[in-house]
Amino acid sequence: MSRSDTRVVVAMSGGVDSSVAAALMVRAGYDVVGMMMRLWTDDALGGAEHNRCCTPEQMSDARRIADKLGIPFYVLDSKDIFRSTVVQYFIDQHRDGYTPNPCLECNRHIRFDWLLNNALALDADYLATGHYARISRNSTGGWDLRRGLDAAKDQSYVLSVMEQSQLARAKFPVGEYHKHEVRELAEELGLNVAGKKDSQDLCFLGDSDYRDFLRLHAPDVMAPGPIVNAKGDLLGQHQGLANYTIGQRKGLGISANEPLYVLAMNPYKNALVVGARDQLGRDRLIAENANWVSGAPPARNFRADVKIRYRANAQPAAIEVIDQHRFSVIFDEPQRDITPGQAAVIYQGDVCLGGGVIAKFAEAEFSSGRVALAAAKSRRLSSQADCVWE
Amino acid sequence: MRTKRDVYLDYSASTPVDPRVMEAMMPYFSDVFGNPSSSHRYGREADRAIEDSRETVAAILNCRPLEIIFTSGGSESDNLALRGAAWRARKQGKPAKLITSPVEHSAVSSTVRQMGALMDFETQVVPVDRYGLIDPAAFGEACASGGAVASVIYANNELGSINDLLALSRIARSNDILLHTDAVQAGGQLTLDVQQLGVDMLSLSAHKFYGPKGVGILYLRDGIELAPTQTGGGHEAGRRAGTHNTPFIVGLAAALQLAHTESDDRNARFRFLRDSIIDAILQRVPAAELSGHPQRRLPSHASFVLNGIDANALLMHLDMNGVAVSSGSACLTGNPEPAETLLAAGYTVEQAKSGLRLSVGISTTEDEIEYALDVLVEAVGKLSRLRREPAP
Repeated sequence: MSRSDTRVVVAMSGGVDSSVAAALMVRAGYDVVGMMMRLWTDDALGGAEHNRCCTPEQMSDARRIADKLGIPFYVLDSKDIFRSTVVQYFIDQHRDGYTPNPCLECNRHIRFDWLLNNALALDADYLATGHYARISRNSTGGWDLRRGLDAAKDQSYVLSVMEQSQLARAKFPVGEYHKHEVRELAEELGLNVAGKKDSQDLCFLGDSDYRDFLRLHAPDVMAPGPIVNAKGDLLGQHQGLANYTIGQRKGLGISANEPLYVLAMNPYKNALVVGARDQLGRDRLIAENANWVSGAPPARNFRADVKIRYRANAQPAAIEVIDQHRFSVIFDEPQRDITPGQAAVIYQGDVCLGGGVIAKFAEAEFSSGRVALAAAKSRRLSSQADCVWE
Repeated sequence: MRTKRDVYLDYSASTPVDPRVMEAMMPYFSDVFGNPSSSHRYGREADRAIEDSRETVAAILNCRPLEIIFTSGGSESDNLALRGAAWRARKQGKPAKLITSPVEHSAVSSTVRQMGALMDFETQVVPVDRYGLIDPAAFGEACASGGAVASVIYANNELGSINDLLALSRIARSNDILLHTDAVQAGGQLTLDVQQLGVDMLSLSAHKFYGPKGVGILYLRDGIELAPTQTGGGHEAGRRAGTHNTPFIVGLAAALQLAHTESDDRNARFRFLRDSIIDAILQRVPAAELSGHPQRRLPSHASFVLNGIDANALLMHLDMNGVAVSSGSACLTGNPEPAETLLAAGYTVEQAKSGLRLSVGISTTEDEIEYALDVLVEAVGKLSRLRREPAP
């Protein structure tokens, strides 16, 4: 099949990366169709103009770029499914005491399921996006998901939910470039986006931050509760667990002799656990809802590098597969901000093996008075997960 | 494999300018360019073209030339009619209520909404039936409590259904209420004889009947005074300021004349094509049901709800295959509101996002329709199979 007979739908956002992705696909000779998803309209925040992801301006930018590239462009109404998967997940996870990364769920349910299926229905062979990641054939004939060439921009973390069937249909054209090259390409192609800022925050938050969003859409998530130390002494009151992140120092509103950091959140008691800097950090975690990109883990026990946040560096660790859905990670060095709800994503070299969602710490850890050190128990406790996590 | 071709079946959205109309317009861009308001020869020549056009239009509407106001199109005509009549009534201390239906074109509905919200005019919306037709009895009740102006669409843009304007105008008149109709979709197909229709005001737009975009008329029955919405010079007897767009006005008149002269042939052809579309879709697309009135509908207009299908996604599939049609909630932004017209006609929110309109024109062929229907049937099949819920 020649390239001109191969149809590629490009998910366009009006931004630099997806615009250049579309241009690269056109340049490569594919039959390209631009598509933008309408993900969210926050009426409570004042309607379309307050969305960061699909403002009228971005939409018209994307439309102009598609026109310039000579490709058709369509906007797909995806609000219902986005709300029922990604936004609901975001709220539910916060309600359950997690700090979620909804971008992974979006890639799982929206981009590489809903949008991919829409693209396939439109007789497309591939779905291309503006992600900085690479896909390549491996020696066993499967598809490897690899980090983008530009390490600083690598987005394989949020793609770690992908499966073989999805990788076989995906293309990440900008993954082979550095960001500055992508900007140069945009300029060279005359795309009027070269100087645009990168999007930073979650697309559906608009001008507000996630705290305002939760206050508006899930006020119950923002219930005040006690701030305690590891021994359980009451030190103050917090404004809702979702307001805080692990490792946070500022904005706790309590005075103490030494600086206090958020060590953990105890959703069972709606308590924020704080302590000294040296109490921060744990060397292990359990991840749930595991996805193995190749379809299976490489071994029951193996060594790899693990990334615990989108912006974190991958750290060396020993991984043990617990069961089909869970694995444990023991880091060589303690990590300061292991955060339940964020993804733990596993790499060997630049190949992303997969990942899972960091599990909550067991309640026993909070009452033991040894939050930091109790991590050692988490592996053992995980076998009793059902009774601890009810 | 089918060869891709381009098929336009969205003539209700707009029509191409007829070459004969274009020819009539051409001299008025550069040769006869004078300002019709000037007293010299250049002005007089242009003015003659304007007044000839006015007479042509007046003859077709069976009214006096003075009763025709040239505007920039349907939306302006609707605004002038409603605002002009309402402000006039308020100034005269008369009841200034605006009565309308829930299936009006947005040029009417948004105007009425704004006048209610910002200018404290009383507004009343009279319900419609399953076909989008206004119920004369309910209309009568609304009129009985008085008002300045009622506006009821002649033929509905989404459903194609045709209101009985004569019956409505009798009711309005007996209650001393002006009746305006947006006849934009009807123009070029249905009778525009204002005596026969009994209306006091009527809006038309040239681009729906093979004339240029950006020009329309408001028929205003003699003796009715409007407060102008666009003020300035004394053009159009002080009712609409602004230098006349001579070539476009000439184009409007030429296009309307052609539509009038050829109306029997055109309508017969439209009906034949329309019915073949309706028969084929109802037969080949199980999800489809006809929307709008089965008989009392525009000759060129076929509309459906496709249960379970996202009409905007369908439009994308059709466009990829060269076929241009319209959905009731047509939308470039991917944020379709369910079509208000369909909701008002009693359809569900889901159905109101599944509206489809195919409208034929003077160059539509049976061949084109056959191709479009093949594409449509295939696309509906693909979209029906598409999973709309997330994986469990």
